[in-house]
Parts: sequence; C-alpha cells; structure tokens
Amino acid sequence: MTLLSPRVLINAALLLLLAALPFLTDMMGDSYYTGVTSRVLILAIAATSLNLLIGYGGMVSFGHAAYLGLGAYIVGIGAFHAIEDGIDWMLNGYYQLAATLILSALVALVIGAISLRTRGVYFIMITMAFAQMLYFTAVGIETYGGDDGLTIYSRSDMLGLIDLNDEKSLYYLIFFSFLAVLYLMHRLVGSRFGAVIRGSKSNEARMRAIGFSPYKYRLTAFIIAGTITGYAGFLMANLNDFVSPSMMHWTRSGDLIIMIVLGGIGNLFGPLYGTIAFMALEELLSSIPLTIGGLNVGEYWQIIFGPLLILVVLYARNGIDSFLPGTRERAK
Amino acid sequence: MSSPDLLIIDKLVKRYDGLLATDDLSFSLREGELHAIIGPNGAGKTTLIKQLTGEIASDAGAIHFDGRPIRRLSEPARSHIGIARSFQITSLFPDFTVLENVMLAVQAHQGHSFRFWRATGKEERLIEPARALLDDMGMEDSADHLVAALSHGEQRQLEIAVALATKPKLLLLDEPMAGMSSEDSGHLVEILRRLKSRYSILLIEHDMDAVFSLADRITVLVYGRAIATGTPDEIRDNEEVRRAYLGEEA
Amino acid sequence: MDGLLLLEQVLNGFQLGLLLFLLAAGLTLVFGIMDMVNLAHGSLYMMGAYFCATFTGWTGSFLVGALLTIPAVFLLGVIVEMIALRNLYARDHLDQVLATFGLILFFNETTRLIWGPIGLSIPLPEFLSSTVEIIPGAPYPVFRLAIILMGLLVAGLLYFIVARTRLGMLIRAGASNREMIGALGINIRLLFTLVFGLGAALAGLAGLMAGPILSVEIGMGEGILILTLVVIVIGGIGSIKGAFIAAIVVGLIDTVGRSFLPEILKLVLSDDSASTAAPAISSMLIYLLMALVLAIRPQGLFPPKGVGK
Repeated sequence: MTLLSPRVLINAALLLLLAALPFLTDMMGDSYYTGVTSRVLILAIAATSLNLLIGYGGMVSFGHAAYLGLGAYIVGIGAFHAIEDGIDWMLNGYYQLAATLILSALVALVIGAISLRTRGVYFIMITMAFAQMLYFTAVGIETYGGDDGLTIYSRSDMLGLIDLNDEKSLYYLIFFSFLAVLYLMHRLVGSRFGAVIRGSKSNEARMRAIGFSPYKYRLTAFIIAGTITGYAGFLMANLNDFVSPSMMHWTRSGDLIIMIVLGGIGNLFGPLYGTIAFMALEELLSSIPLTIGGLNVGEYWQIIFGPLLILVVLYARNGIDSFLPGTRERAK
Repeated sequence: MSSPDLLIIDKLVKRYDGLLATDDLSFSLREGELHAIIGPNGAGKTTLIKQLTGEIASDAGAIHFDGRPIRRLSEPARSHIGIARSFQITSLFPDFTVLENVMLAVQAHQGHSFRFWRATGKEERLIEPARALLDDMGMEDSADHLVAALSHGEQRQLEIAVALATKPKLLLLDEPMAGMSSEDSGHLVEILRRLKSRYSILLIEHDMDAVFSLADRITVLVYGRAIATGTPDEIRDNEEVRRAYLGEEA
Repeated sequence: MDGLLLLEQVLNGFQLGLLLFLLAAGLTLVFGIMDMVNLAHGSLYMMGAYFCATFTGWTGSFLVGALLTIPAVFLLGVIVEMIALRNLYARDHLDQVLATFGLILFFNETTRLIWGPIGLSIPLPEFLSSTVEIIPGAPYPVFRLAIILMGLLVAGLLYFIVARTRLGMLIRAGASNREMIGALGINIRLLFTLVFGLGAALAGLAGLMAGPILSVEIGMGEGILILTLVVIVIGGIGSIKGAFIAAIVVGLIDTVGRSFLPEILKLVLSDDSASTAAPAISSMLIYLLMALVLAIRPQGLFPPKGVGK
C-alpha cells in the first residue's frame, strides 16, 4: 500500500473538509450544517466503536444505542440536580465524563460477560434485550422525565478549558474526539489484541486449537466499544440539550448497524462514510420535491429507504467502500 | 526403541446418542515416535483426535500427557502444554495472509495478547519465527498471499505449519493428505519424514503407502476399539487386522 | 377483591401468551428451519390487523373479514418470501437483520400511505363484545375468551402437524438437519415458502385478534415483535414446545406484573412514580428472565437436537 493511494487521498480530503467545516459554513453564513455534522461525527464515533465488534470481531451487538443513552443521561441527570437541587459539582464536565466512562464500562462488562456466552442469533437477541432493559429503566424513572425525556438546561462545565456552549468549540471537541477514536481503532485492529479479535471472527475453532481463549478478548473489545459509545452519548447530550429514552430504542441500535454496513463493514473509515450516507439519505429522501396525487413523496421517504437497504444488503455487500478506488483493507 | 510414553490413553470412552464412538480405547504413544492410527471410515479416528485436543469432552477414561492427567483441561490449555493438531478439513484464517496465519499461532504462545498498541506487522518477535517456519516448509514465496488464494496442496501444508508454530511436543495430524494430488502427497511425505525426527506424531491417514513407510508403530481402530498395535510389519502380518480391515481394502 | 382480579389478570396473561405463541410459532420455525432472522414478522402481524379492519369495513362482518384476512396474509407472506427473504437464507445473520429491518420501514410507511397515520378500529359483532361470567361475579369478555380458545386450538393443531404429519416430519428434520431434507429430494424452496406462508398466516391471525382489543396502528408490530423474539429465544430457537411454554410465561409475567406492580410499588414510591415505574419494571422483568435463562442455558430452554453448534 503506497502512502498516497487514491483511497488515502479521498479519506484525507474528507477529514480536511470536516476540519474546515465550521469556517466554510461561516462563509456561507449558515451554521446549520455545523450542527448536523456534529451529529454525524458523534454517530460516527459510536459506529466506529461498534465496527470493532461487528466488523472486526463478528459480534453482532444489537444494543449499542444503550450506551449512547447512558452517557447522555449522565449529563442530563447531572444538569438536572445541579439546577433543581443546587448541587453544583454535578455540572462539572470532568465528573460527568468520569461517571460516563466508568458506568458504560461496567454496564458493558456485565452485558458482555453474559451475552458472550451465547452465539449467533442468541447473541443478537440478548444484547438487544439488555438494551431494552436500559430503555425501560429510562422510561420508568419519572424523576428524569420518563417517556418524555429530560431537557438539559446547562451543558457540561469544562471549567474554562473548553466552552461547550460555543458551537464551534463543541464541534472541534467532537471532531478531534472522532479523530482520536479513529486512530485508536487503527492501532487496536493492527495490534496483537486486534489480531486475536479478527482471528476469532475468522475461525474460532482454529483459535482455540492454537491456544487462544477468545472469550476474555471479546469481552475486552465489548467493554472498549461500550465505553467509547458512552463517551459519544456524553457529547450527544451536550449537542442536543436533550435526552430521552428513544435514544436507546432498539431501532436506534439498528440504525447504527445500518451505518456500518452502508459504509462497508470491517473497514476503518467505513463507519464515517456510512454515517454520512445514512444521514444524507435521510435528508435527501425526506426532501424529495415530488408530489404524486397530492401526496408528498418526501414524507414517506422510508418507503424508498427500506427497499434500498435490502438492495444494499443483497447487491452491494461492502457498501460505499466497494465504490472507492484502491484495494480494500483485508480484514473483512 | 523403548523411549518413555508421552501420551497414554486409558479406557477412553465417547458416546453419541448411545452410540460408542470411542469404546474403552487404550494405547500409548512413545516419545519421538510416529504413531499412525488406521481404520475404516467411521472407526472413530477424528473423534479420538477431538478428544485428545479437548474440542469434545470424553465420557470416561483417562488421558495422560507428559506425565500428567489432561482429560479435564480445556482445548486452549492443552495447546499450551504442547499438543497441536491439524484439521482434516482445512481450517485456517482465510482472510489473513499465509504469514499472518503462522504469526497468530506464534503469538498464541508468547503470553497474553492484551497488547493494544504496537502493530503486529512490525513485531520481529512474531515475524521472525513465522518466517523461519515458512522457510522450513518451503513456503516462503507465498508468505504474503491470502490463504484463499493458495492451492489445496499449499493450504494443507499451511495447516501443518500453523500447528508447528505453537512449538508442540505432540503433533496430531488428521489426514494431512486428504484430497491431495499424488505429487503433493509425495512432497508432504518428505516433510513428515523430516518432522518425525523432531516431534512425536500421531498420524491419521488413509494413504497406506504413506502410513507404512512413515510409521514406527501402527494402531488399528475398528468401531472405536484398538484391535491391534505394532510395527508396520507386525500389522501387515496380523490375521485379525487383515480380516477386519486390510482384507476389505484389497 | 384480589382473588377475582388475580383470576382476571391470569386469564389476560394467558390470552397475551397465546397471542405471543401464534407469532412465536411461525417465527421460531423460520428461525429453526432456515436459520433466518426475520424482524419483519411483526409487520405481518400489523398487516393482519389492517387487512381485517378493512375487510370488516367492506363486508360489515368481523368473521368474514377475519376469514378473508388469513389467506391474504398467507399470500403476502409468500410474496415477501419469494421476492426478498429467499435470497437471504444463505447470508449471515447481520444481513438478515438489516434487510428485514428495511422491510419493517417499508411496511410501516406503506401502511401510513394507504391507511393514513391515524389508527383504525375493528368493531366486534355483538355476540363477541359481551361478557360472560365464568365464575359467578367475575364477568370476562367473550372475545378475550375466544382468543384463548383459538390460541389453544391452533397450538393443538400445530402440535398435530409437527408431530404427526409428513410436513411436520420435514419441518422437524429441517430444524435439526438441513442437509438431510435436501438429500431426501424434497423441494426445499417450496417447503420454505410454505412454512413461511404458514408462519405469516399465524402472525396475521394474531394481528386480527389483537386488533379489536389493542388498537390497529402503525408500529404495533414492533413492540410485540421484540416480545416474540424474547419468547423464542427463551424457548429455544426452532422449538414449538419451547415457544409455547415461554409465550405463556412471558404473557403472564407481563400482564400480572403490570396490574399488580403499581400496588406493590405504591408501598415504597409515590403514586405517580409507581404508576410510571410499574409498566417499565414489568417489561424489564421479561428481559431479565431472558438474560437469566440465557446465562444459564445459552441455547434456550428446549433447543432442538443438533441445532446451534
């Protein structure tokens, strides 16, 4: 692989574009796209971490949105008590962050420890079941808004280091977080640990025969992915100023999986492309300026999106990645 | 000739739905010998390999390896005390390169793999032993090829290379020549002849020419029971074996 | 009060359990035989309800509407199988999850397009909308009783088909050994399509029966789909018996939990909090049960032999 293959150039160009985005939107005089792209990048962080499980590890976790909700609720609950009860330290972003990372790691540890004993469909279902448990927990807690969710009246206080109320600062926190996650994933996948994760997807029987016990490595990957997504939730709450159980709904977990597959599974940049494609499709299809028989086609965009998804699965298994030039990364 | 026993199998039993796949099987394998297991299809040869590696649990009996009981050990644990196997149906990492396949097996025996940062592609501790092994097997030219791109013969060879990379004391080879052309099997026989001076080998093989030319001793398995153990000459002359097994082949 | 209330809730639990069983039976067969994850099963349930509402409106009779609905959903199932799902059997679970997720989106939006965003209702004929006193002093809706009877009838019929008929033999053989039915020279494609259609018809039946007591609305298939998935996973994928037992257990826990938890919770929480928390906790109980079962038996309670190596 040469350093400047077309693929590398395209990826680099995309990252540069993302780095310059707030200034570009400034020039256009419309900051709408900064917010949208912030959202895309947060979801891309979540999708990239899920890709470690699904793409590299073959663990189809169908409950990943739960961690997004978990991180977001910590910010929400912190702000709630800081404002309602005057407990100021609960607004401290570093405490919130620490709580997010520790809690999502612990939750992933428990869910993973049980779920990873199962295989195939059972694994898909049990991860979904655990996520639903968290979803219903959120629905059930009246104090924090139950079904209606919780409006966050104050963003995390980063003690002057970054002002999260400034959209541009928030954007760059998100952008650099994404870069860091991307780099972390790159290192992980190529490391000894990554080799075990990929090998266990490729051929578990052989892994055991040559002396590996995949369980503890898979569990570690599960915890890493959950913790990163918890962090994405922390960012999401600060962006949206709102958190609700619907963030954790199983269909949101489905969306994350769609993003990975759209982008091309088991590929470092795949989740980013997939997330962009997912959000762009939603935006584009829902604004189709076409009216048939008095019906606005855009309003029913999922009629198009659903079958499109089936077509991608059936005929473009490697997603957007198969349309990019250059050799695919091998680890499929 | 009478080196100590490395592997002792004592009254080993495996039942499937009431059917005895391994029926009170006892025999032993001496340190340094190539011990072949032959028997008609359905004699329970692959089942025996799986019991020895720990892939499946045994229902009764004992397995001693290197002086210790191992029946209760897990499959990965048995790999770590020096038992390695090749698979009858090629079982590699198809989306890894040849070199990476061997490196992974090397890695398995260099302590834990909770190393998250350093690229394996730059780790001489993994690459060097893996390359040496591939050189030894005459596969150095295909080191960077994907497994999926290899010929059947080369894949069978890689099966053995991956097993060797775990630095075993005992090699369990499950029909290493299955599906090979006569040219490729001839090549493999030469490799096995070299390996047998360095490893103790339990060989399951249908190619009788290969078995009788390579084996120090042969055990004949019929319906999960050992009906005879002896040198190739003894087995060739054994009446019961001729009746039960070789007779059918002739 | 509590004895009678409990009895009523237990009956309601059975009724939900049997509805779940109708859904789970078809889904577990598809899972077991074809090793196929089908998230769109809930959509067939929804279509059953919408079809029945429409046919009942046209004909003015719930019974005729119901009789028309079942073959219609069967046909829909067959079409969906032939167009989309057939190509997915050989794919991995991830692909199946995604493609059938796409089907859900498609069905939901198509329904909204045809029937509009506002739900429908299915009017019941008089003899079904009355109550009957099974025990003196405890009136119980006739329709719910009818659901229970219908559920038991279908369960019996399914048991007969699976245990006693040639089709059932093939289904059982298929669930434990896919290659074998191929070797027997059976037209597997046809068998799969047939089984899928059968499962769809059962889902449609569940939908048309749920329609009058719940509400006919978009997305009604998803909540119950998840419950159904929980049921078949607890029961052991591919097992009709497991699906039956798990469906009843889940139905009972959900219903009884929902009606008694608020009372219990009010002992420790304020009234408001208790009534918010109770349904959530009883929903959680089900997932907790599933997690427990899988933690102890990773293959569910009754895994068919030979499945899930």
